[in-house]
Amino acid sequence: MWQFIRQLFHKFGSPKWFYGIASKMMPWLLGIGLILLLAGLVWGLAFAPAERLQGNSYRIIFIHVPSAFLAQSIYIMMAVTAVVTLVWRMKLADLFVRAVAPVGAVLTFLALFTGAVWGKPTWGTWWVWDARLTSMLILLFLYFGVIVLMSAITDEKSSARAVAVLVLVGVVNIPIIKYSVEWWNTLHQPATFKLTDKPSMAPEMWVPLLLSVLGLYLLFGWLACLRMQTEILKREHRTRWVRDLATAEGN
Amino acid sequence: MHPIRRKRLTIILFLLAGLAIAVGLTTYALRQNINLFYDPTQIAAGEAPRDARIRAGGMVKQGSVVRSEQDLTVEFQVTDFVSSVTVRYTGILPDLFDEGQGVVALGRLQSDGVFVADQVLAKHDENYMPPEVSDALEKAEAASARVPPMNQ
Repeated sequence: MWQFIRQLFHKFGSPKWFYGIASKMMPWLLGIGLILLLAGLVWGLAFAPAERLQGNSYRIIFIHVPSAFLAQSIYIMMAVTAVVTLVWRMKLADLFVRAVAPVGAVLTFLALFTGAVWGKPTWGTWWVWDARLTSMLILLFLYFGVIVLMSAITDEKSSARAVAVLVLVGVVNIPIIKYSVEWWNTLHQPATFKLTDKPSMAPEMWVPLLLSVLGLYLLFGWLACLRMQTEILKREHRTRWVRDLATAEGN
Repeated sequence: MHPIRRKRLTIILFLLAGLAIAVGLTTYALRQNINLFYDPTQIAAGEAPRDARIRAGGMVKQGSVVRSEQDLTVEFQVTDFVSSVTVRYTGILPDLFDEGQGVVALGRLQSDGVFVADQVLAKHDENYMPPEVSDALEKAEAASARVPPMNQ
């Protein structure tokens, strides 16, 4: 088992190998992801029952929670690949960070925006400086910082290292986001979904929510593969296999 | 693992641990500034400043909401089930405001202990329920309250 993981890990050193694997996986990620996300959204927005106190305005949860969830998961994935960049100097790991940072920024913004739209009718305000909202805003700025730093340094190697260090420093914010609602008094409610307990939500509400979270995960996988492939072609455009690929596509 | 990589990994782990401790201590020291509101127990214990605008948060006590006949003034008790504080507010309350629901009020604590709020926000809890389910729960509760158990 350990041997297999090691071999797989070493294969990730080859952009060519990854390009092929990604091409094979992408149709599945896109297809299943779209089906799950659409099913979850249609079910959640049109067919799930209204909420007892909030009425229909709670339905924004079907967009808010998947994007907030992904925004944090993407950052954790970036942190893991940042360690790989710093320790093993693997190019593909840096490519991953570059490919997904803008996606994470967009999803963080979406989570903040849908939260504000929901907060106005529910809480009575668009924004409060409570720990959850503020730490999520910091996550957005971290994403911005990574994106800016990425393009500020032109040298590939030093850019990769600087970005990896910034990503790693920012990862302390993730547990703060997660536990902010438990450590401090916040206006944001605690988590509805816990690993240990049953969700404090009716099943006809959380099942569509789960579908849309899974669907968005798969769609993110598809988008990450696509963006990494583009970046690989750009960086390796001088190599033999990319030229062969280009001539094959041309015919 | 290659010794150089092992060394790099150890350095990264040490740096991350140090960073986590630093951030942890800082947020711990600033915890009262990070808290969005004081709960009634803290206010009763005198931890909340008297002359500053502060936020008070907790549950609206059941049966404590008194509405004025002349204007939009509302008085209610905010409780954390240990202490409670009286809040007075003039204005339109958010839709979710109700007895037994969470609120966060922004305002000043008067010398007579009444908290005069200029903004009241509703706090939603983590429970999501369709109306039929909560109706059924309430009915079941009412029924069990009305019919005393036979074997008592």
